Amino acid sequence: MRAFSALLDALVYTTSRNAKLRLIVDYLRAAPDPHRGWALAALTGALDFPAVKPATIRNLLTERVDPVLYALSRDYVGDTAETASLLWPQPDGPREPEPSLDETVQALSRMTRMSVMSELPRLLDRLDANGGFALIKLATGAMRIGISARLAKLAFAQAFDVAVEDVEEYWHGQEPPYTALFAWAAHGGEPPSAEHVPLFRPFMLAHPLEDAEVDLTDYAAEWKWDGIRVQLVHAGGETRLYSRSGDNISHTFLEVAAALSFPAVLDGELLVRGAHQGGEQGGAASFNALQQRLGRKTVSKAMLADYPAFVRLYDVLILDGEDLRELPWHLRRERLEALMERLDPARFDLSALISADNFEHLAAIQEGARDDAIEGVMLKRRDSPYVAGRRTGLWYKWKRDPLLVDCVLMYAQRGSGKRSSFYSDFTFGCWDGDPGQGAELLPVGKAYFGFTDEELKWLDRHVRNHTVNRFGPVRETDKSLVFEVAFDSVHESRRHKSGLAMRFPRISRIRADKPAHEADRIESLRALVRD
Amino acid sequence: MASASWIRAEPWGIHVVPADCWIDPARPVARALVTHGHADHARSGHGETLATPETLAIMALRYGTGEGVRPAHYGETLPLGGGVRATWLPAGHVLGSAQILLEHAGERVIVTGDFKRRPDPTCAPFLVTSCDVLITEATFGLPVFRHPPVEEEVGKLLAALAANPDRCALVGAYALGKAQRVIAELRRAGHGGTVWLHGALERMCRLYEELGVALGDLRLVSDAKKDELRGAAILCPPSALSDRWSRRLPDPVTAMASGWMRVRQRARQRGVELPLIISDHADWQELTQTIEEVNPAETWVTHGREEALLRWCQLHQRQARALALVGYEDEDD
Repeated sequence: MRAFSALLDALVYTTSRNAKLRLIVDYLRAAPDPHRGWALAALTGALDFPAVKPATIRNLLTERVDPVLYALSRDYVGDTAETASLLWPQPDGPREPEPSLDETVQALSRMTRMSVMSELPRLLDRLDANGGFALIKLATGAMRIGISARLAKLAFAQAFDVAVEDVEEYWHGQEPPYTALFAWAAHGGEPPSAEHVPLFRPFMLAHPLEDAEVDLTDYAAEWKWDGIRVQLVHAGGETRLYSRSGDNISHTFLEVAAALSFPAVLDGELLVRGAHQGGEQGGAASFNALQQRLGRKTVSKAMLADYPAFVRLYDVLILDGEDLRELPWHLRRERLEALMERLDPARFDLSALISADNFEHLAAIQEGARDDAIEGVMLKRRDSPYVAGRRTGLWYKWKRDPLLVDCVLMYAQRGSGKRSSFYSDFTFGCWDGDPGQGAELLPVGKAYFGFTDEELKWLDRHVRNHTVNRFGPVRETDKSLVFEVAFDSVHESRRHKSGLAMRFPRISRIRADKPAHEADRIESLRALVRD
Repeated sequence: MASASWIRAEPWGIHVVPADCWIDPARPVARALVTHGHADHARSGHGETLATPETLAIMALRYGTGEGVRPAHYGETLPLGGGVRATWLPAGHVLGSAQILLEHAGERVIVTGDFKRRPDPTCAPFLVTSCDVLITEATFGLPVFRHPPVEEEVGKLLAALAANPDRCALVGAYALGKAQRVIAELRRAGHGGTVWLHGALERMCRLYEELGVALGDLRLVSDAKKDELRGAAILCPPSALSDRWSRRLPDPVTAMASGWMRVRQRARQRGVELPLIISDHADWQELTQTIEEVNPAETWVTHGREEALLRWCQLHQRQARALALVGYEDEDD
């Protein structure tokens, strides 16, 4: 338990992704089985101990500490696990030896609602404050230390020098403590097999096209829809829906998962019905509508009725037990078109190909697609196999040119990690009327990239020299600097006072030459809203 | 039942009415009794200032004036007029820090100022003294605050230095007291090398040495060649941790020596990678132990998280009340 709680502690205080990765790699190499398997499961949220609830912890504490003192402490600390670990009374006399991580996990999984009130204290008595913190985080499943499943897999791959694509492929059939996975990667055994498990297959991804041109005799073009890229997998009688990171999101879109009932692995875009995005073939709503359903653990009936989800299919990887990934794209496309009749049209449609005479014609079509809220165009080599990751020359994404608006810098905040001494997070605004008539600036967005290191130094100096107010780590500036801000779309939002929020805003140019009163007004930004 | 009606708490300080003098006033007064040299307790501009010689030296360094001062040695009793007598007793907080015992009309009142109960190689230990009314601080007045042994925390710092020979450890530490204590504890743990300083810490460290606290080899970061700082311990004021100043250092491990580091979120807000829970204030256990040992008829709480300490007094059948004082800061301890 000591190595695990030290790992957790170090992760809490580490902001850089690479440093976190290094910590996990070192831990995975050093810790023995099965402890490291449990740790990996804990970090990725794969453990669940239903007997232990946050209320259990509160009850245990208020049996031992005055409830008023507990409440004051909890308010100050802001985290139940940490409060409990700091308040847990030290046992009289020497502690019993600390439990191992394996012993802790076994004990937690045996606990029932009844036994937890006597057994959890026995574990806590054997741990110091850091150990207690790790135990409670583990037991309640609320790690919140910023470790994605992807990062954990990357760490696993680095720790044992195996390909991350292989880790992704084998991972999903495995249950904690991932004995077969460690046997393969750490001890040189056979890779785990999971024929009858709905496994995730790593996605094929595209490179940006930049300024290149391709020959349409070699490449097929299709729209890049603005939803969530998903993979549907049916195997062993079960269907799962995976996001791009390999997270299982089936529970959020049960109606979609239920609609695939034969063995297959399909690649497509998850969308919500609506008026935008390819209206003539049924239509999808903007990404904003889809967001209403993202991240929800339970989905209400009203939500299902108001935001019905469906998948617009791009590709087929496996069908009826046959792995099609080695086939050229055009043959997979034929198989995909043929299988559409086996699918419920309410839940699935086919992403149409764009027919264009040549590249210039395609460019004209792409430019005209602005109003459809489509992200851009995909170009796929007609003979490309389906391979994991980004392979040069096979698939390209050709995004629309971004929207641009001139905004005024209002607030700047210090960054984190390497940027902690720089003001690098910028909040900017537009005028709510005519600045000559006393209009004010209202914040419309926040961006922390798009500039070079040299420009960052310049911006940092500008902020320090133009500060009019300080609020903790935030400085208010004199609102003299204009940014040209690039963004993908803008929609209604209550996050900002302006009532608007941008998607993917970044600083496109620093317009030190432009006077602030010439920056754009809210109304010009609002005119770009498409939903 | 203690009344001590001759002591009044005003928002800007504690007024000793019969002698017309103030303890740690936040605004200029004719006569001030000062517990210790931290800027929120020791302000400039008073007509007359009574404090320990060390505190007066610290104030002279900071404010540059030595006028109207009256030194009070530990254990020395000074008549203040109006039938009030004052005695300065060690508080264990920083060099020169004192509790002030006030006696009038058969009543004894102690103002602790800031204090701690743990040994500190840079100052005299807190002296438990009986009284009727104890006026105590409560900076860390929550039961979650349990400062670990200082040896453990210094051990963490030394381990980080050993594990990162190509980096340096940058420790944010309050310029008066904390910085010198961290250096002294590093020395006690056997760290013999140069300790590097941010310029803002230099004068106070030199003053400590003049006053008899040995701190070993100290040098300024501004005089260092970049490679000399690899594997080195560097101290700076907390405000410099994420300032432009730190950009010149070789990939620092950011540490901070403070009681607030007990709480992870506080450490993260500061961008601290290596939290060192080292405090010059009493933790919860020391606060409650002190009330029990001094055993006053009544406890008044000046500043900090007084709610929890009042609750503790209530649970232990002790008379207590909070004084609403303004102007004391606790952020940098």
